[in-house]
Amino acid sequence: MRLSEHRYRTIETVFGPLLFLEKVKQVRMGERVRILLPDGTERAGQVIEIEKGRVLIEVFGETGGIDRDNTTVVFTDEIAKMPLSPEIMGRVFNGSGKLIDGLPSFTPARRAPINGIPMNPDARERPSDFIETGLSSIDGLNTLVKGQKLPIFSCSGLPSKEIIAHIIRHARTLKEPSGFAVIFAAMGITFHEYSFYMDVLEDIRAERCVIFINRADEPALERLLTPRLALTAAEYLCFELGMDVLVLLTDMTNYCDALREVSTARGELPGRRGYPGYMYSDLASIYERAGKIKGLNGSVTMIPVVTMPEDDITHPIPDLTGYITEGQIVLSRELWRLGVFPPVDVLPSLSRLMNNGIGRDRTREDHRDLANQLYSFYAQGRDVRKLEAIVGIEGLSEKDRRFLKFAEDFEREFVHQGDKGRTVIETLDVGWRLLRRFPKSEFDRIKKETIERYY
Amino acid sequence: MKGRIAGISGTTVRIEGLRGARMYDRVCVGEARLPGEIVRLDGDDVVSQVYEDTTGLGLGEPVFYEGEPLSLRLGPGLLGSIFDGLQRPLSELHKTLGPFLSGEKTTEALRVDKEWVFHSDVKRGDNVKEFDVIGFIDEGHIKHYLSVPEGVNGRVGEIKEGNIALKEPVAFLEDGREIKAFHDWPVRRPRPYVNKLKSSEPLITGQRILDFLFPVSKGGCAILPGGFGTGKTVLEQTIAKYAEADVIVYVGCGERGNEMAEMLEDFCCLSDPRTGRLLLERTILIVNTSNMPVAAREASIYSAITIAEYYRDMGYNVLLLADSISRWAEALREISSSLEEMPGEEGYPTYLGSRLYSFYERAGLVRGFSGKTGSLTVIASVSPPGGDFTEPVTQACLRTAGAFWMLDTDLAHRRYFPAINWTHSFSLYVKDIAEYFRKRVSDEWYSLQGKLMEMLQKEKELKEISEIVGKEALQDSDRFLMEVAEIARTYFLCQNAYTEDAFCPPERACEMLKAIIDFHERGIESIRAGKKFEEIFTKDSISKLRGAIRR
Repeated sequence: MRLSEHRYRTIETVFGPLLFLEKVKQVRMGERVRILLPDGTERAGQVIEIEKGRVLIEVFGETGGIDRDNTTVVFTDEIAKMPLSPEIMGRVFNGSGKLIDGLPSFTPARRAPINGIPMNPDARERPSDFIETGLSSIDGLNTLVKGQKLPIFSCSGLPSKEIIAHIIRHARTLKEPSGFAVIFAAMGITFHEYSFYMDVLEDIRAERCVIFINRADEPALERLLTPRLALTAAEYLCFELGMDVLVLLTDMTNYCDALREVSTARGELPGRRGYPGYMYSDLASIYERAGKIKGLNGSVTMIPVVTMPEDDITHPIPDLTGYITEGQIVLSRELWRLGVFPPVDVLPSLSRLMNNGIGRDRTREDHRDLANQLYSFYAQGRDVRKLEAIVGIEGLSEKDRRFLKFAEDFEREFVHQGDKGRTVIETLDVGWRLLRRFPKSEFDRIKKETIERYY
Repeated sequence: MKGRIAGISGTTVRIEGLRGARMYDRVCVGEARLPGEIVRLDGDDVVSQVYEDTTGLGLGEPVFYEGEPLSLRLGPGLLGSIFDGLQRPLSELHKTLGPFLSGEKTTEALRVDKEWVFHSDVKRGDNVKEFDVIGFIDEGHIKHYLSVPEGVNGRVGEIKEGNIALKEPVAFLEDGREIKAFHDWPVRRPRPYVNKLKSSEPLITGQRILDFLFPVSKGGCAILPGGFGTGKTVLEQTIAKYAEADVIVYVGCGERGNEMAEMLEDFCCLSDPRTGRLLLERTILIVNTSNMPVAAREASIYSAITIAEYYRDMGYNVLLLADSISRWAEALREISSSLEEMPGEEGYPTYLGSRLYSFYERAGLVRGFSGKTGSLTVIASVSPPGGDFTEPVTQACLRTAGAFWMLDTDLAHRRYFPAINWTHSFSLYVKDIAEYFRKRVSDEWYSLQGKLMEMLQKEKELKEISEIVGKEALQDSDRFLMEVAEIARTYFLCQNAYTEDAFCPPERACEMLKAIIDFHERGIESIRAGKKFEEIFTKDSISKLRGAIRR
């Protein structure tokens, strides 16, 4: 700890968002600084490199107005932190962790560093409790469990916003030991999106929501802090107050573009498509904060939204995300054109932890078998659809036509549900309603007893 | 020696006042005593790579020079442990630090007060030289042989027998030198051996598609590339559970924390089908999840392979599973770029290839200085960005790997697991180990293998035709082949990792395949004799075949 504030007027170079400061005596890596401009305004900044007495500072926002002789840099001896208290519930923060809802501020119980500390893999609990999202394509076939990170891979123009809204309205846990909270973090969203989300959040905000907003016209550097602030709040609610926390991050594509922008400004070597080589580790430092700890109540579950540039799933952002997260929900432009909501393509979608969260005592005993059978019939239906394009409907056998019809019904009745939320039991029942269109003898993925009981 | 921090950039720290320090020696950086390694000497300064997050580290903080390289502690008690990339025991840290990895992590890798039973093989007055075995300790299912440390020769003055704790020496030489039950070994230095031998035995994985089509030999090296969602980790973990090896070293390098939790839970309750003991007892886990420090990720695979070599030197068959080597390469890239080295392809340093080759070359069947012969097999997964196999890491791995198991996104989407593409994968060991299979399993092993490959190849060609003209338009013998090939794919090549079928001994696999191939050959003969497809491929005959396969 330093006893007094250190002030310097030794700016040597300014370019882009970066400042070089000379003759600095004491400084920490990642330290926050305040920059006092000659016109009386103030900017924030952060130390990103130290080379002897020469310190490289990254400025949040514009460097316009900074000069070499009359600008003062104040070193705070602090790294970026998030104020924490049970009173954060219902509040709205910006990308610097400042309240922007115009309500009176609160006294934080403590302030925690936002970078988070890695969880000891030995302390992790295997995620195994079901979370209901109200969407059949997720609950039924790609089930989300507490402690999981399951991204939504969207394309521009697809209703990822409406899906997030749906989840915010309907998400619940079946066993709630000490409450359920939603943390909503938006990075680089437009005013249009902002007002949409605020309308959705209005109803539930006060009792179970914390909101972090970084708008498209706000500094890119704050975009990098937003998810970290949100996750620090999530960890607090979860591990200290024992709540089940669902974190929604939208949109990680904006986040990664900001990462690229900042990295380029620092003069780092660009990797694939200009994104920095460390983007995998950087994304992991966000996504891996989801989880559960042995012996503690509460869980952090994450649904990040990734908009795939050019609908390309091999683009570095969805690609690296997919390598870290435990599955993915992939949206389809074709289904959306057909008016299906949510337009989830279940074939490339996957929840790696699904098996842990379903079955007797969790959802229902027939869940696994039912999902496998629906999946199998639908996959065969989709194959037939391809075949139909070549040989025409006349060239198909009776059996093939049934699969074709099933694929269509499945999309219209199971995947499509409009604005209505479904409980998982309702979802399973819709699944059985579809399966009954096949004779029992066609089933190859369901146990006999299960067929007898539910057919 | 003590220096001070002069500069920080990412995880690279410049230090003043350590003139005289040696390359690759260990330092403790800052008040927080973060572990680091010297990677460059630069005039009066040294540059070190720090194995933790440097946020909060301050200019001028002290740096302590340890005077020896980053080392591992090798001795009894490694089996069943879970370590981070620098061999810090994670279960101990869980007890001392709580669920998060913050604060000072100075815990001994091995418990020095734990008692073991020692059986001596030498007696007082015997002459011993470096690497000679002096006795063993029972460590679970294996005899943990203790050797004379490198560079020590002399006559035994005193040797213990029975209960010992690691902190006391097990023997003294006549000149008073101690021999302990453990020793330290530099992480980056391969353990020496007398010579490498040609391997003629396969490492049985229990996966039919691997053992039958693309086997890996004991001491061989296989790579497993695949995009996300193709089941790399599930396959690696299944192999870790069922492979016929004495010791498994599993390194989770830059992967998911929840997966490691799942694996730990499984290994703590599943038992080894051969010994009946818990799987964890033959396993050593090295874990650096994707959010743990990147620099330690680079070290983690060296830690893992050095521990594997240690058990190899005792004469065991050791299997090292690395998931995933791409994350290691990325860590190397990150470190290289923070040292401002000239980048090569896709930003990877130009020495990526040579580092990878020297890593893979540490696999092998070797005769050690103790006189024992042991093997170290390496199976490494690769995560190519965008599923594109032309990228530098996959290509560099391809040049050294003897078996290539390519995972296919399309097969995975169709839920064919293990999703190994049988047209692109290969194994260079097939001929070397054919003799072993002929003796142990069946005379027909090699010919069955060839017939299956041929059938799959033909099916692929026929499929393209049938998509245009329809299945019904094919000749009866071709139609029959397609149907049988589908049975071979779904019942023989696919294997569910979550049922009893997860492990299949080669004898059993051979019976299954023989039933399928026989069925095909008999059918083709009947067709030649004038029978129709519908007459041979009946419900009855199929269910009979299925019965033979499932028996």
